[in-house]
Amino acid sequence: MNAIYGLYSDPTTAQQALDNLRSAGLSDAEITVISSEPFEHFEFGHRDAKTAMPWIAAAAGLFGLVTTYYLLGLSQMSWPLKTSGMPIAPLWTNLIIIFEMTMLSAILATVITLLVTAGLPSRGGKLYDPEVSDGYILVGVENPSDAGSLERALAIDGARVKKT
Amino acid sequence: MNRTLTRPIADDLIRPLFQTSVWFYAIVLAAGTVVACGLAAWLYQMWNGIGVAGIRWPVFWGFYLVNFVFWIGISHAGTLISAILRLVDAGWRRPVTRCAEVITVFALMIGAMFPIIHLGRPWLAFWLFPYPSEREIWPNFRSPLAWDFFAINTYLTGSVLFLFLPMIPDFALVRDRSTGWRRRVYGALALGWRGTTRQWNRLESAMQIMAIAILPVAVSVHTIVSFDFSMANVPMWHSTIFGPYFVAGAIFSGIAALIIAMAVLRKTLRLENYLLPLHFENLGKLLLLMSILWAYFVFAERLTVWYGNEPHEMAVFWATQRGEFAPLYWTMVVCNFVIPFVLLSNVYTRTITGCVVASFGVVIGMWLERFLIIVPSLAHKQLPYSWGTYGPRPVEITIMAATFAAMVLLYALFSKFVPIISIWELKAGQLSTSTHPSAHASQASHDSHSLRAAAPEVRP
Repeated sequence: MNAIYGLYSDPTTAQQALDNLRSAGLSDAEITVISSEPFEHFEFGHRDAKTAMPWIAAAAGLFGLVTTYYLLGLSQMSWPLKTSGMPIAPLWTNLIIIFEMTMLSAILATVITLLVTAGLPSRGGKLYDPEVSDGYILVGVENPSDAGSLERALAIDGARVKKT
Repeated sequence: MNRTLTRPIADDLIRPLFQTSVWFYAIVLAAGTVVACGLAAWLYQMWNGIGVAGIRWPVFWGFYLVNFVFWIGISHAGTLISAILRLVDAGWRRPVTRCAEVITVFALMIGAMFPIIHLGRPWLAFWLFPYPSEREIWPNFRSPLAWDFFAINTYLTGSVLFLFLPMIPDFALVRDRSTGWRRRVYGALALGWRGTTRQWNRLESAMQIMAIAILPVAVSVHTIVSFDFSMANVPMWHSTIFGPYFVAGAIFSGIAALIIAMAVLRKTLRLENYLLPLHFENLGKLLLLMSILWAYFVFAERLTVWYGNEPHEMAVFWATQRGEFAPLYWTMVVCNFVIPFVLLSNVYTRTITGCVVASFGVVIGMWLERFLIIVPSLAHKQLPYSWGTYGPRPVEITIMAATFAAMVLLYALFSKFVPIISIWELKAGQLSTSTHPSAHASQASHDSHSLRAAAPEVRP
């Protein structure tokens, strides 16, 4: 992989570098920002924030509800057990298991969606610098077409610009 | 500004992973020995049969079920408290959440073992699982024990994921700062995490959804554990108050366990700059609230039974109030209400020591409460010819002691291999207050400012 990036010790400078890259004509999809913690109070922390995860979780919950309802009913009718005058498939008691399976489906769907959309697990080979774990914020571009102009955009306020 | 503020936090919290004190080996050795004794006792029971335990007619539920309910209650320390604090965005939660979530996972694992130990022949435990065997053995989904299976497994799965997901960025941090086998292990656990804005946003969204989903599951688990009792026509069990009463008791004992764990971690891992007196004070207030709520539930339950004056219920009532179980009952009242109320309602005694003393009282009191719910009722059923008594045997006492040691052992090992405080959450909290001081309420600000002031001093 061929990339150019800057390492910034301050989120304000990282935001400025991102703005410079945008001014240089790059789209958000072309710019990578990596940090060791989320930055909720900076604009770059909200890139890619839109997600359908809540809807996927809700849909999975609904799927779990309907599936458990039918599976429970089917198994109870297939192996009918008579217990203290209760119906073979009583909704009152089945509701407990249906509830648990609904929530479990929603939880599992959330985790799967997180892994898929966040690209995890990943085997590497993408733009990264271990100094990010030291508190630096990485702003960079993979496979840049014009490295010279991007280097100028990234070199602000004493930032270290690296090329790979 | 970012690095100067946050680097000392990471340095401090990663340090226990790379430096091992003599205390760690001593704790592991002591706890490991007790756990080994417990395993030996369990093997002895399997070899000789369940008769070596003290459970016999009419009290078929003894220490094993008492401990089952107790540990499931303790499990409410973590995920529930963490989820609530996460949803209300309490700034002071950040150093507390992981300490709490770990308790949930280990307590659930320990608690879920007791029904298997109680079976006597654990190798037949799979008979309880829902699968269509050729013998047409099929679980009765109307049984509260089948509900337990689903509820505990859902809560355990959710809690493990709720604990694991926020650990991924911290694993990546440890990966980048380590070499050799550590780098490989933490690299695998980090799943290739880089920390892109997309990954952070997805993680935050997932944690919000998980927090919303796990809350009703946590409440349902202890409600369903209470159904194990309240669905049976046994004196003082068949009560509609049992669901909320058990949930309140579980949160109560869970907070107490969390305070004890935090105090031990604070001392042993030198986390005085992160687990501040403020955290203990806030948890102490919660403990006080739950103590009052617990007293209210006990009063409501006892008053209803006393007013109803049903002879078989009154037999259990008087056995606990002034009969053979009275010493245990009044000890429970002192431990669960008197000690916490006296210590925690006074600002001068609501210190770390005061909170820890009250918490030890609550843990003892809540264990006694579980015992007093189960044994006196089974020993005084409706017909006097079915009355009996129960005394634990050495096998049961050893296994019980081993579970407490197992908790200590698991917790010690966990805090040795994983940062016990979420580093990225702490850093994010500190940064958000430093960049937007008005974004947080006074307590969060106070917390963060204390950290900021303290962190550079402890840099190695």
